Amino acid sequence: MESRDGKQRTSAGSCAGCEERINRRRALMNLSVGSLGLGLIPAVLEGQTDPASAPPQEGDLLVVVSDKTVKSLRPGDIATGALLVGVWPMDPASKIVRKENRLNELLLIRIDPATLNAETQTMCADSVLAFSALCPHAGCTITDWVPSHNTLGCDCHSSDFDPREGGKVVDGPAARPLPPLPLKLVGGNLAVAKPFAVAIRFDE
Amino acid sequence: MLFRGMTTFRNNTLRSLAFAGTTLTIALACCQLSAQQSPPAAPAVAAPLPAILRDYKPVTAERLKNPEAANWLQIRGEYSGWGYSELDQIKPENVKQLQLAWVFATGAGNAHEAAPLVNNGVMYIAAPGNQVLAINAKTGTQLWRYVKPVAPDYISMHRVTRGVALYGDKVFFASNAAVLVALDARTGKEIWNTTVEDNKKAYYLTAAPVIADGKVIIGVSGGEWGIRGFVAAYDLETGKEVWKCYTIPAPGEPGSETWPTGDEWKTGGGSTWVSGNYDPTTNLLYWGVGNGGPWMGDLRPGDNLYTASTIAIDAATGKLVGYHQYDPNESFDWDEVSPPLLIDFKRSGRTVTGLVDAARDGYLFYLERTSKGPINFVDANPYVLQTAFKGVDPKTGRIEYADGQKPGVGKSGSFCPMRLGAKNWQYASFSPKTRMIYIPTSANICSTMVGSKPEYRAGSTYTGARSDDFIAPGADHVGETQAWSVDTGEKAWSYNFAYSTNWGSLMTTAGGLVFGGGTADRMFRALDASTGKLLWQMPTSSGVMGQPSTFMVDGKQYVAVMSGWGGDARGVQARLNRLRPGDFPEVPEGGSIWVFTLGTGQ
Repeated sequence: MESRDGKQRTSAGSCAGCEERINRRRALMNLSVGSLGLGLIPAVLEGQTDPASAPPQEGDLLVVVSDKTVKSLRPGDIATGALLVGVWPMDPASKIVRKENRLNELLLIRIDPATLNAETQTMCADSVLAFSALCPHAGCTITDWVPSHNTLGCDCHSSDFDPREGGKVVDGPAARPLPPLPLKLVGGNLAVAKPFAVAIRFDE
Repeated sequence: MLFRGMTTFRNNTLRSLAFAGTTLTIALACCQLSAQQSPPAAPAVAAPLPAILRDYKPVTAERLKNPEAANWLQIRGEYSGWGYSELDQIKPENVKQLQLAWVFATGAGNAHEAAPLVNNGVMYIAAPGNQVLAINAKTGTQLWRYVKPVAPDYISMHRVTRGVALYGDKVFFASNAAVLVALDARTGKEIWNTTVEDNKKAYYLTAAPVIADGKVIIGVSGGEWGIRGFVAAYDLETGKEVWKCYTIPAPGEPGSETWPTGDEWKTGGGSTWVSGNYDPTTNLLYWGVGNGGPWMGDLRPGDNLYTASTIAIDAATGKLVGYHQYDPNESFDWDEVSPPLLIDFKRSGRTVTGLVDAARDGYLFYLERTSKGPINFVDANPYVLQTAFKGVDPKTGRIEYADGQKPGVGKSGSFCPMRLGAKNWQYASFSPKTRMIYIPTSANICSTMVGSKPEYRAGSTYTGARSDDFIAPGADHVGETQAWSVDTGEKAWSYNFAYSTNWGSLMTTAGGLVFGGGTADRMFRALDASTGKLLWQMPTSSGVMGQPSTFMVDGKQYVAVMSGWGGDARGVQARLNRLRPGDFPEVPEGGSIWVFTLGTGQ
């Protein structure tokens, strides 16, 4: 079931759709070779003050930052059963990590694609799923991944979400799903396939 | 084992006086006096103002000490925290004639927890959405609305407010993203603002400011995010910090011996997110302090002063001069932030200058306050089903935890009351007429919790615990409004809610009524203060989580409260509904102010 960048995956239990998006992205990357910074223009037009605060955009690489060292993540970096938080999108052209806006923090888990519903399958890349790291109830960081219960959970008010169903609420006060972020692979690295479908926000 | 507390609860008897020497005298260096600056020039006032604002009557220290019955000048009405009014026009004989005078939508969701303050016919109230409203209290006409903008990614686990404070011709508002502001009471224009702390480190504000000793004093939220809690005072005219009193001592300061020797104190929690009460005769503030961070006590061996305590602070200097710790090395998420009420009560034939606190841990504590600050223990007994304590030392008031019920890292504990407490932050009320304290409680709900060791990252949550809740087997209700005689320590009555916990602060009146909402049925109700009999109720637009107030305009008494369900109340409701599907349906949300009066309203 494991997939690699560039390999065709068609079985029902796989992360469907990645190949198509990768190819499209490659086409975009090729296009932008001669037009440096093109990828930043939409953010500017949308009124984002700076790329370090702009929300994740298609093609952003997923990175972790420690002691100012930026590391691009590959599927193999996410251990089975582990919850990786503190993941940020990075603009691949400028290498700007979008961590000036905490709403951009992401979490990654590894999960068997065969267990995912059809829509969520389209969001995973090589068994890796990404979600907002912040609980939509009150903005606390998701702290728990319990594979045996298939729940992502938040310590603050004990909301639980089912990653297999796109982050559906299964317990606690959260009123909205944990927003998933569709992924793809670019050169073996985890990258954003599509922006968040919803704005990251909390109960007002 | 689970119901150990029940016997004591039902056979609650007056205990002999046992003043403790162990609730120590403190002279802590927890405070930092700051230099003051001269005030900025006052902004121009836009004209013309409505007459009611033009004639605004400034609030003085004397008026706060001795408020007129017709006004409600601070969130609990006066400094002792009683939530009591001398108004008696509305009484048991006529309360059935209460009708809606006006209702006003705030345009916001989330829990509406503030008290409507009223000064000579002008209502000032804060609401979610980081807003303050001035409203004609008689007609419901908006006079002005102030909104403090926030960054989209600002940190706040509770986007709520518990109200504003009035002094001079200013309104003080602790806006959510850790910025204290002073507004012109006549125009709503911002006069000054002060960033209290760095919101990126998860300090945020929800409590109403307190005006005392010529300062505006605030507490902070953020205990779930590894803050170091404090209470701080600011100059009324300039917003300049005057003092800051940390609730977690730094190494070498008194109380630091109750912490491990590492850096745990820097992220030790001890938030202060409910306004304290104040004794003007001694100039002492009594403030509640939240639990420690991270949540599991075994990650911070020691008592962890001053978490889960009431502290006494000298309002002049900010020095911490006394304390009583309810839950040493707390491990249950029991923020003891709700301050004790300043009530003088009788014990063994003498009057105790006292403090009475219905603690989140499920015990009703009677304490003695002293003029220099030290707090002495008098007695304590459970007021709800309580299984976490083996008992309380009758001399010192130190509690002993029951075996095996305290959670830890990798260690599950089951305990009652639940993690959110027998009474969360909501204010109890005291009537000097009945000599009873009235307590809104969640009853018979318990939690199971297991801890983990979290990693600290600034701006991320730092709790380390997972919990589940359950209803105590055999329980026939989950919420109560209780009345206890403070002089006998006996329970007088209880009004029970089978299908709702109680999240409503209470208010009492000289008319002999207890007002409050707090339940999932959206009711705002009046109970007979002597008997607990339900005399009047009306369903509002949402669940009532606001603090009631009462006031008089043109010789007519009004009762006001905010309706607006959300936050922890919604979370518990959802969880209870999973335990007993259908019994705890979703409560409609959306905030509004409701004002009632006798007869036909206006």
